[in-house]
Amino acid sequence: MTGTRGRRLRPAWAYGVAAAFLVAATLVSALVGAADLNPLATITALADRIPFVHLPSSLSAVDRAVLFQIRLPRIVVGALVGGLLSVAGAGYQGVFRNPLVDSGMLGASAGAGLGATLAIVYLGGAGPSAVPVAAFAGSLAGVAIAYLSGAVGGSGTATLLLAGVAVGLFLTAVQTYVLQRSTQDLQQVYSWLLGSLSGATWQQAGEIAPYAAVSVAIVLLHGRQLDVLSVGDEEARALGTHPGRVRLIVVAACALAAASAVAVSGLIGFVGIVVPHVVRRLAGPSYRLVLPLSLLTGAGFLVLADTLARTVVSPAELPIGVVTALVGSPVFVWILRSTAAVRT
Amino acid sequence: MNAIQVSGVTVELDRVRVLHAVSCAVSSGGWLALIGPNGAGKTTLLRAVAGLLPHRGTIRVDQTDLGALRGRGRARLIAYLPQVPVLPPDLTVGEYVLLGRTPHLGYLSAPGRADRRKAAEASEWLDVARFAGRRLGSLSGGERQRVRLARALAQEPRVLLLDEPTSDLDIGHQQQVLELIDDLRHSRGVTVVSTLHDLTQASQYAGHLVLLAAGRVEAAGLPAAVLTEDLISRVYAARVTVTTDPAGHPVVTPRREPPAT
Repeated sequence: MTGTRGRRLRPAWAYGVAAAFLVAATLVSALVGAADLNPLATITALADRIPFVHLPSSLSAVDRAVLFQIRLPRIVVGALVGGLLSVAGAGYQGVFRNPLVDSGMLGASAGAGLGATLAIVYLGGAGPSAVPVAAFAGSLAGVAIAYLSGAVGGSGTATLLLAGVAVGLFLTAVQTYVLQRSTQDLQQVYSWLLGSLSGATWQQAGEIAPYAAVSVAIVLLHGRQLDVLSVGDEEARALGTHPGRVRLIVVAACALAAASAVAVSGLIGFVGIVVPHVVRRLAGPSYRLVLPLSLLTGAGFLVLADTLARTVVSPAELPIGVVTALVGSPVFVWILRSTAAVRT
Repeated sequence: MNAIQVSGVTVELDRVRVLHAVSCAVSSGGWLALIGPNGAGKTTLLRAVAGLLPHRGTIRVDQTDLGALRGRGRARLIAYLPQVPVLPPDLTVGEYVLLGRTPHLGYLSAPGRADRRKAAEASEWLDVARFAGRRLGSLSGGERQRVRLARALAQEPRVLLLDEPTSDLDIGHQQQVLELIDDLRHSRGVTVVSTLHDLTQASQYAGHLVLLAAGRVEAAGLPAAVLTEDLISRVYAARVTVTTDPAGHPVVTPRREPPAT
């Protein structure tokens, strides 16, 4: 094998491809569904919403409502969730120098699952907002507990990951116990755990937008610091950086990003692993590129996955977690096999 | 003037004292080689100088007390290359050398045109610019050492700390790398402190040797003063013959006693 294996896209091309993918996914998702929207009229109606662009569209009032009140909020929430999960996954992978770490590790998914379960079982009467808030808080608490337990045994990345596994197993055990005592809530909890964007609204998008903006901005700004971390803590310190501090900041921001996504979508696995890995194959391993490209590609990927989820068995819906896992598992195996091949 | 002055440096690892009040110095542009048996504390001393270990005692670089400097300030004076590096296999040579500019960048700022120029110069100097686009995972042992030196040079340090820079290399590449380091200190005025296992190479390249044993300085000075049969057999528990090469450097040859019959 020659030394120049894997030709990379130039950064400008990579951004172009990722942005085009997101736009294409948005259009496909806007046009496909139970109501048959006229493609040209839909595109002109969408373009009309761009500031300073005024286009007359022949879309009927009903079709307009389908587009702007049902499909578009779902696309926007899906794009936000996909981008957040992918950026969080890529950020964790940089922090732990391990391409197989996911946004749900470190107790984040297990914490969210426990939070949502507690809310459904014990706060059933508290209204629909209890579950997202509890999932959000549970996810952040899971990461905080994992981080604090892992940091006691030294700041090594392996210790932190192992602490995350232990905390995750513990929280999942608590959740299973709570669930087993109240089987009447089983279906509601289960459908939350598998993830769905079917309830997406403009209000949801607005609620997570501030957290999304802050967390994504912090992670993206740390791209170069993550590149320095890739040469190991010892040499990163010798280069004048503080690996422990960078790790804490990036983990906190990634936890916030993942928690915001989980709050509105439930648990959606694999996006945080698959998307950054595909991006790395196209654009190389530098986090200064991997992070922003994962944001765009992850957004497009989840919008497409959600389009599949709501159309394949229409009028019923597949849980989006099932769709991403069906695509994600084979890719995950492919990652394992190709990284093993590189090492030999 | 001394570029590096180490005074009474004591280091404890896991409550075990590994270095006992070690003192040594090397003048600006000089090459100091730390020698000694395994576990003598050579790497620990390098790491202490690099600011990677808590220690007592003082370390000065060009009269600046390193204890008063924070991470970035120290990294602008000192580049450190550990014996076993972490080289992300998919990173390119160019990206890796550019990481050497890290101590000169603000926390969130990106490398600018001047940084790229300095990284490119360092790559030219070590003749790695022609494969700047190759992945680190594809490099040979000799190429890898040159790329690591290029990153250290891009850092523009006053002092270069090298832990076993020739391990894993064949004898020809060992000499190439040692000559490059020697060129570096002559042309750039960089002071070099390295550990070296090969005593003959230490005598041929370093002007000043410090022999460590069990965390203490056993002997220090010119190679001819440190590399004596008596001292080596005592400190290393080894049988050696010391001769002199045509240039006057001591040559240490292992000796095997004929087996008793």
